[in-house]
This record gives sequence, C-alpha cells and structure tokens, in this order.
Amino acid sequence: MHIIENGNVAAALGVKLCRANVIAAYPITPQTPLTERLSEYVEAGEMKAEYIPVESEHSALAVCIAASSAGTRVSTATSANGLLYMHEQVQWAAGARLPIVMCVVNRAVGAPWNIWNDQQDSISQRDTGWIQMYCADHQQIIDTVIKAYWLAEKVSIPIMVCYDGYILSHTYMPFDVPDQEQVDAFLPPFRPDYALNPEDPANLNTVTLPDVRMDVHGELAHGYMEIRYLLQEEMRTTLAVAAEAEKRFTEIFGRGGDPYIEPYRCDDAEYVAVGLGSLTYQLRVCVDALRKEGINVGVMGVRFYRPFPDEAIANALKGKKGVIVFEKALSYGYEGALASDLKSALYEHLAYTGALPVVQNFIVGIGGRDIRTEELTQNLKAATQHRVSKEPAWIGLKL
Amino acid sequence: MQVKTTILSLPTEEFVHPGTRACAGCGLAIAYRVGLKALGKDTMLIVPPSCLTVLQGLFPVASTKLPCLNVTFASTAAAATGILAALKTQGNEHTTVAAWAGDGGTSDIGLQALSGAAERGDNFIYFCYDNEGYMNTGAQRSGTTPIGAVTANTPFKGKIQQKKDVPAIMAAHHLSYVAACSAAYPLDLYDKILKCKDMPGTKYFHIHIPCPPGWGYDPRYGIKIGRLAVETGYYDLYEIINGEFRLTAASEKLVEKRKLVPVREYFRAQSRFRILTDAQIADIQNQIDAKWAGYYKKDE
Ligand SMILES: Cc1ncc(C[n+]2csc(CCOP(=O)(O)OP(=O)(O)O)c2C)c(N)n1
Ligand code: SF4
Ligand SMILES: [Mg+2]
Repeated sequence: MHIIENGNVAAALGVKLCRANVIAAYPITPQTPLTERLSEYVEAGEMKAEYIPVESEHSALAVCIAASSAGTRVSTATSANGLLYMHEQVQWAAGARLPIVMCVVNRAVGAPWNIWNDQQDSISQRDTGWIQMYCADHQQIIDTVIKAYWLAEKVSIPIMVCYDGYILSHTYMPFDVPDQEQVDAFLPPFRPDYALNPEDPANLNTVTLPDVRMDVHGELAHGYMEIRYLLQEEMRTTLAVAAEAEKRFTEIFGRGGDPYIEPYRCDDAEYVAVGLGSLTYQLRVCVDALRKEGINVGVMGVRFYRPFPDEAIANALKGKKGVIVFEKALSYGYEGALASDLKSALYEHLAYTGALPVVQNFIVGIGGRDIRTEELTQNLKAATQHRVSKEPAWIGLKL
Repeated sequence: MQVKTTILSLPTEEFVHPGTRACAGCGLAIAYRVGLKALGKDTMLIVPPSCLTVLQGLFPVASTKLPCLNVTFASTAAAATGILAALKTQGNEHTTVAAWAGDGGTSDIGLQALSGAAERGDNFIYFCYDNEGYMNTGAQRSGTTPIGAVTANTPFKGKIQQKKDVPAIMAAHHLSYVAACSAAYPLDLYDKILKCKDMPGTKYFHIHIPCPPGWGYDPRYGIKIGRLAVETGYYDLYEIINGEFRLTAASEKLVEKRKLVPVREYFRAQSRFRILTDAQIADIQNQIDAKWAGYYKKDE
C-alpha cells in the first residue's frame, strides 16, 4: 500500500511489520516521533509487544540486550548523545552477538548543543562491531529495517539502520508499505541457538581468559581472542549474506538492487562523488547539472558501511580519474572516516593496476548547516578540474 | 506467623557448586548459596561486574546452576526489565527474575537503572550485597562504605562521609517489599525471600556482607563480625512491607533485651576502622543509642 508519511513513521511501520516483541526507548530529537509511534501501536493493540519507557539510553539497550538474550526480537532507536550514552552497551551487544536492530536518526553531537543533522553520531560508533546501513529515502528506511532483522538474525550481529534527522525523519514522502504476509514470508520468527532458560542453564558473557580453556568435559573452549576473531570473521562474511538478503527481498517485494552501493550515472563517469544517506540523492541534482555542462560525473551512495564493501566499491571506481567523498562527519585530527576507508579499499584493490583515482574529501552540513545544491555543484566541479586540497575541504564555512 | 526455616529444614539442593572463586570466609558465598536455595530452580539471574562475577567462575566453567546473564556495571536493573519483558511476551509468568549486584553497582553506578525499574514497578527481586566497598577492584570506597573506614582510596583519613541509606531510597519508591539482611543470618534472608516472592513489583534486599580482605580480619571471624554489627545495633535486620517497618530476627530480639553490645567491639575487630578515635566511636555510639531509643519507644 502506498502512503505519504515521514521517515520516522516509515521506520516505525518497518518495526511493526517485523513483529518486534520488546521495544525500549528514551526520547531524543529527532528520534522521538518514531518511538512515540511505536508506543501508540502497542497501546492501541496493533502490535503485540512490550513497550518499556526506560530512564536512559544506556538502559534502553540494556533492556534490548537482556530481552534478546532471553530469545525475543527487540527494537530501539536513538540519536546523537543518546547513542553516545549507549556506547558501552553498543559494544556489549556486538560482543554478545545479539541480533538487535536499532534505528539511528542521525544528529550532531554536543558540545556545543546542536539538535540538527549530521552523521557524527553513528560514524563515531563505526568500530563497535555493529553492521551499519544507511538510507537515502523513506522507501529505503522501511525496506532496510525489514532486511536488517533478517540479516541480523542470520549472522547474530546487531544492526544500526541510519537515516538523516529531519531531512528524512521529519519530511513527508510517498512510499510503499509491504503487506504483513510478504514480511512474514521474508522474515521467519526469531529462533536463537540459545536463549536463557532455567531448564537449560548457562552463564552468558562470563569473564573469559586471554587464552583458550578446557571445559568440565575436557573440551577446549574459546578464549576472548577467538570470540573476537569470530566477530570480525563473521562480519566479513556478512557481506555475502547481505547479497542473499537483497536477493530474497527482491524476489518477495519486487524491488531491490545492489546491496552495498547505489550508483547513479557512474558507468561512463570519469569522476564519482561518494557519500552516505540522503546527501547522495541531493548530489544527483549536482551530477545532472554538471553533465549538462559536459562534465562526466556520477554519484555513488554507500548503503552498507560496516562491514565495509571494499571490493564492490573499488570495482565500481576502477578506471575513474577522481573520487570526491562528501561527508557529514569526520575523524578529528585526520579526515572523514569514509574517505579513509575508501582510499584503503582503492589501494588494496587497484594499486596493482598502477592507476589509482585521486581522492578529494569534502566536509558538509556539520551541525545541520544548510547544504546548498549550487554550492555542492561548484565544489564537485572544482574537484573535477584540479586538486582542491590535501586536507578535507569544508563547504560553506564562514570564517 | 510464617514458618521459620531452620538449618535442618533448609532444602539440600544446591544451586552454587562447591569450590567457587570467592576468598576464604567470604560472606557473599554464604548469602548467595542460601539466597539461590530460596529463589529455586525456576529463576534467571542477572549479575554486573563485581566479586560475584568472579565467584561464578571463568568461562567456560560456571559455579552457578541457574541461567545467568552477565551485564554491564550500570545496567543490572534494566537488564532485569528486559528479561521480564521477554518472558511476558513468551507467556512465561512463573520464572523468578533476580538481580544480584554489589554495593558499588547498586548505590553508585547502578542507582539510576534501579530507580527506573523500581518506579516502573517491574516484577523482580533485586539483591544488593553490601561488602561496603569496591572489593573487586581492590577495596576502594563506595557510597555505602561507612564513615571512618580506611579503604584503598581513603588511605589515611578513612571515609569522611556517612553511609548512603539505599534501603530507605528504595522504600521511597513505594515498593511492596524492602528488606535488610546479613550474611551472618542466612535463615532470616531465606525466609524473607520466600515471603516476598509473590509480592507485586520490585522487591529490594540489602545484605550486609563481611569481607575478610576488604574489612581486615581473619577469615574465620566473618560470621562473628556480621553478628556483632547486628548485636551492637549498628546494622539492623528489618523489613518494610508496603511501607510498614518492622525489625526482624536478631534485631527484633534486641528490642526485647534492651541491651546492645558496645559498638567499639565491632570496630576494634576490623583493621579498616583502625583510625577511628575513642571520641569518634563515642559519637557513633550516641547515634546508635538514639536510633534504638526510637525503636524502644515504638515498642512500648
Ligand atoms: C563502567 C565500569 N566502570 C568500572 C568498572 C570496574 N569495576 C568492576 S567491578 C568494580 C567494583 C564493584 O564493586 P561492588 O559493586 O561493590 O561489588 P564488589 O566487587 O564489592 O563485590 C568496578 C569498579 C567496570 N567494570 N565497568
Ligand atoms: S573480596 Fe570480599 S566479597 Fe569479594 S570475594 Fe573476597 S571476601 Fe568475598
Ligand atoms: Mg562492594
């Protein structure tokens, strides 16, 4: 069914269709309307779930961690400082291998206080062992939530579904809401290998030694390092599982595409702009304008940021003269994290060709600074003509 | 009158294997062993980092025979909420959910989550085992370390501030049941757990836990010291049922006796109180006497 709604409602509908049984959340702008909507579904009896109005984000994820360990499908959502406040729990959820799905409605982090959009919040959680998926419109939000539950439960790794605050969360767009039967066909009930159970007691997340250790039956059990290695290993194989998710999704819902990247006018492009989230759709307007001027540019959205689809990205950029990475976050003291990751992928996969694309990094829209399409276009154009700067260049800075 | 459990009628089934990693003479080992007997087989446990994490053993060996979720330091009570929510959606109304956390994990870093769960009225039992310091990290001060105790980070002057009254904080959440117990009176703990198991909402237990390395005494004197704390009127055994306060067990008997052991005996038995002067002890004795004058008056 096609409806016109905002991005937060798209996410809430996705969570509802996935039949999450336990929802725990704490208010923070711009996430609030999403979790308020979920509380409405639960109170109205439209959703058979427990809604827990916790006293902090740390506890929101604690509830999800425990409920997931007890064998239920869970949901939470947050933004900015809420996500930072969860940080310890974010790491814990990944280490405990729990398939939690959390919507991150991207917002700038303090200090100073700022409630507007950028992506510093989720990017700062890059190394926590969570899968990160970024959405560029409302259809992608609802579809990604549904894919995320399937994928998280398949690989036992939690997933952040990230979408831009306000630009997506509070704007209205038409999108298709899948039928419950379709979602049920796609997503089987959650059946973990082990859930807390007095009939079959186990001690979970116990102190684990640096080295492997014998259990009471004389069998070797993993040390901490083995457990962490497996998280990395299974994160990497998640890339293949994500392709399977996309294939299944496309079969059942009749839409889908490349699971990792979303290229636009890239095939014959000499220069490709790269980014995460809604910015990449804005960049399409810039690309169209520059094409009219005879400049061969394209834009590629990265949909899957962790695990990093290095090979898919490098293949898509093979033979290009330049790559221009636009980011709403950065690793202070160096450059945008996506730019660094992308350079490493290019080096890894294309260095042998002797032809590495030049990479330019732009920082935009920090703390919700307006991203003017005209300004984006001019900067993109400049990067196709000459080296703008070694350091990341900040667009729209008024110093 | 409820039936009083004796050492002979205590169930023989054990949920804590012998040979845990606790120190010799650990009060927690006693309270945990007896506490789990009262909770029974159909129980799920939540434990944050603490001496109890160590007592329960290192992966892949566990000394506890009940399912247990180890969680982050500040999240104990919220994790209980999560398990309860899961059980509810699974239609399980019989399994008891019990959290066991230390005094640091309760009175300091975990207080926010505990207050949140208690305010929501989540139906579980929270046990704060109070060894009066951060013992797992080497015996630093916590919110419940008593005034005058030398700790690893109050090394020369001892703790200057009063002990935080966590049961009173929890009682202010209008709980159906709040209890103060001691590892030196395990049967009082056992009976109180049985008594409150079916009461609604959050139930809070505070358990005084003698700790040989943290308090500075020979391991064999643990029970004696735990009892001295009660017999001196320094630490009281009580319960608060729906707001009604009542002394229990040995503390209740002290009201009849009208005679307390001088608190000096309790302090002088432990090296952590070595810097307390006679004047300070006299001052604390006066506070104890005033508190008990109130109890006697109520009894008249
Ligand atoms: C967030 C966080 N901060 C600090 C620690 C370190 N830590 C582990 S156990 C512990 C002491 C626990 O004290 P308490 O709760 O009183 O239990 P006890 O060790 O005394 O049994 C501390 C400070 C931690 N694990 N997590
Ligand atoms: S330090 Fe104290 S509480 Fe901890 S295990 Fe040893 S005796 Fe028990
Ligand atoms: Mg302690």
